[in-house]
Amino acid sequence: MTDAHTTTPVNYSDYETGEPVVDKAGPSGPIETRWERRQFGVKLVNPANKRSKKIIVVGSGLAGGAASATLGEAGYQVSTFCYQDSPRRAHSIAAQGGINAAKNYRNDGDSVYRLFYDTVKGGDFRARESNVHRLAEISRNIIDQCVAQGVPFAREYGGLLDTRSFGGVQVSRTFYARGQTGQQLLLGAYQALERQIHAGTVTMFPRHEMLELIVVDGRARGIVTRDMISGEVETHLADAVVLASGGYGNVFYLSTNAKGCNVTASWRAHRKGALFANPCFTQIHPTCIPVSGDHQSKLTLMSESLRNDGRVWVPKQLGDDRGPNEIPHDERDYFLERKYPAFGNLVPRDIASRAAKEVCDEKRGVGPSGLGVYLDFDDAIQRLGRPAVEAKYGNLFEMYERITGEDPYKVPMRIFPAVHYTMGGLWVDYDLQSTIPGLYVAGEANFSDHGANRLGASALMQGLADGYFVLPNTIGDYIATNNLDPVPDDAPEVLEARRSVDDRVETLLSINGTRTVDSFHRELGQIMWDYCGMERTEEGLRKALDLIPELRREFWNNVKVPGTGAELNQSLEKAGRVADFFELAELMCLDALHRNESCGGHFRGESQTPDGEAARDDDNFGYAAAWEFTGRGQAPVLHKEELEFEYVHPTQRSYK
Amino acid sequence: MKLNLKVWRQRDSVDKGRMVNYEVDADEDMSFLEMLDVLNEKLILAGDEPVAFDHDCREGICGACSMVIDGQPHGPQKATTTCQLHMRHYSDGDSIVVEPFRAGAFPVIKDLVVDRGAFDKVIQAGGYVSVNTGSAPDAHATPVSKVAADRSFAAANCIGCGACVAACPNGSASLFLGAKLTHLGEMPQGQPERYERVVNMVETHDDAGFGGCTNTGACATACPKEIPLDVISQLNRDYLKATVAGRRNRG
Repeated sequence: MTDAHTTTPVNYSDYETGEPVVDKAGPSGPIETRWERRQFGVKLVNPANKRSKKIIVVGSGLAGGAASATLGEAGYQVSTFCYQDSPRRAHSIAAQGGINAAKNYRNDGDSVYRLFYDTVKGGDFRARESNVHRLAEISRNIIDQCVAQGVPFAREYGGLLDTRSFGGVQVSRTFYARGQTGQQLLLGAYQALERQIHAGTVTMFPRHEMLELIVVDGRARGIVTRDMISGEVETHLADAVVLASGGYGNVFYLSTNAKGCNVTASWRAHRKGALFANPCFTQIHPTCIPVSGDHQSKLTLMSESLRNDGRVWVPKQLGDDRGPNEIPHDERDYFLERKYPAFGNLVPRDIASRAAKEVCDEKRGVGPSGLGVYLDFDDAIQRLGRPAVEAKYGNLFEMYERITGEDPYKVPMRIFPAVHYTMGGLWVDYDLQSTIPGLYVAGEANFSDHGANRLGASALMQGLADGYFVLPNTIGDYIATNNLDPVPDDAPEVLEARRSVDDRVETLLSINGTRTVDSFHRELGQIMWDYCGMERTEEGLRKALDLIPELRREFWNNVKVPGTGAELNQSLEKAGRVADFFELAELMCLDALHRNESCGGHFRGESQTPDGEAARDDDNFGYAAAWEFTGRGQAPVLHKEELEFEYVHPTQRSYK
Repeated sequence: MKLNLKVWRQRDSVDKGRMVNYEVDADEDMSFLEMLDVLNEKLILAGDEPVAFDHDCREGICGACSMVIDGQPHGPQKATTTCQLHMRHYSDGDSIVVEPFRAGAFPVIKDLVVDRGAFDKVIQAGGYVSVNTGSAPDAHATPVSKVAADRSFAAANCIGCGACVAACPNGSASLFLGAKLTHLGEMPQGQPERYERVVNMVETHDDAGFGGCTNTGACATACPKEIPLDVISQLNRDYLKATVAGRRNRG
């Protein structure tokens, strides 16, 4: 087993810069017609031929579920895999707030161009313009499609769809279904998927985890999975593979992600040659319930919409240990209103999070750990009355009380930032194809649309745009232009991939050390939070780059995974995922170290304006950083995709 | 607080299974699953096998939790999934019995993990609107009254956890089924297939091994999302219209 014993060369951070990576699929010319022209340029697959073409989809969330259903409808033979017991449980289900669409039903000046503009700016000018424009165009079709599926969006008394505003924008373009928009959209995609399963076009493999990508002659031709109940290692071959396996926020151990969310599918593809872009771009959401103790297993988000009426504050005085209701108004520091008078409590996520961290660093944080700030509804209750506040936020207040045992109608909520979303992911071109031909990546797993910071209510939009409308069109071009010979089950590449899965499982089970998988994961998460979290510095990142490989070596020598490989073994599942998180963590820190600028969710202590705001450096870092894997612990190679801004010209974001 | 747990342990689907006693130290801020995490860490370090249980989002929406706690699916708190149940509702010295959801249609896979694949089969039989991607008219082409949209949402809120089945003395999935039929039946988009849908879904429900409904209402009491019991009335009404009144064939 080579994996376990690789020694780390001294200088992981001495990476080299290779050839630039170029998006060859995206058309140039007027941005308004690029997608239309690309669709016309895509070679079509004869409907009769689709029946003989196989496509594998990994993940069944908004992107994977929508892609599977749509590819099935088109007539392809689709095999879809998820680690949950049912595709309906994918973590898209937990998205609360809503989905953006440039419908302009409000007549408030919205347009495709404005959504495009807001998204490029919100992403702090680190996204690809072509992709974002396409996303804004498709946003309108998504709402139509979901309504046709019977998704019960919120409606007004006249029977038309209701919308609301969301962080960082000035139009009302967010469609929603109470605080459960993700759930309703996912169920729409899930039902479309189940319809195709019934029709026989899609074969569903729940409780199956992808553990390796099969690459033959440089093309993605299949995956190796483990049946999580029987433990059987299986080979699945196809003409093309789609990864829609979500983000990697769980590298921090504590995040708002579901416990099972992991990077393994993406990381295995990265190890086989797919470039990984902007891994350090992570989103830290400002309004989550604070950690209550060492036992904490995950963090719970409180919807961003609460900041419409809640006021964020901490005591002015250091060491003020009075209860929140005993502190008079003039002894409270409403720090967001103070620092950002124009946007107040409604500044974008990255800015609100950092401001909360700052006051906690000054030791003015509240709650038992000192890592929290108040989100106070007292003024709103006095102004609007309790019934109005209840109608708007009742379910969120109940959830808060269930978790903390405190009644937010009487005592201000305590909130703290938490890892929520990852903008980075596998590099893809305009067609969503990775650098491995035949490997497509959709949804949060790719890097393309949100730049360095994602706006609220845009994740659902992107997942469904990729799954319903982009990928099913573009993948046909690859299928039509590449007439691939079938891969035999015993091809050397297949056997090698299976062997590496078997070896890895065997190694993890045989170490039989003294520490549990979770204890390693917690420690790794703490390193990442401390040094690659809300504020990064060269010193901290270098320290993390020393600590991570050390801990990784201990993991491979001292982890204890009970049970066998031939049964349901949740410790073994976790061990494999954490092993990949170690390698990803190192790359994230290196990416953060090399990007010596602040942009969006990536804040480098060394790169601030005189008043402490993020200072971007477009001249030196106006690119997406796509990294090539060269071996565990070995310096990767950086490939830059230069970003061109022909339409939205970079400016410094200001919310003061 | 010190707790005495009695947990169902079953090696695999053929093992007979048994209750096993464990002691665990918990803290009142923990969720029920975090308390089980603590137990599992202890078991692993002692060289024992941890207790297998399904969980994922841990915020009450994915529907993965599948435990019966002291005889109640998802435990004693109203409208609360197991992952959202917190230990402050227990006190030092309490004994807690933890078992998997039990129903003929939900075979146990291991310990507290059960197979709820039958739910997916019921949806496959018609729990959707047959509309392909790309063929949708503008979203505002069909207004939907707010009352219908709200009632539809209240039913669509179902997380597919299966607590209703576990609570039912007959192991019926009528609440789950009624929720989907009401979600789609309240929307104009669900009308063309309404009667075909109810017949096909009921048939699949019965074939999957779920029992019949005898209106005990145990399902709605156990439901963490408070799906109203009257979705079953809608199920029955639609079924009668489809079969006795012959609407199914008239479309």
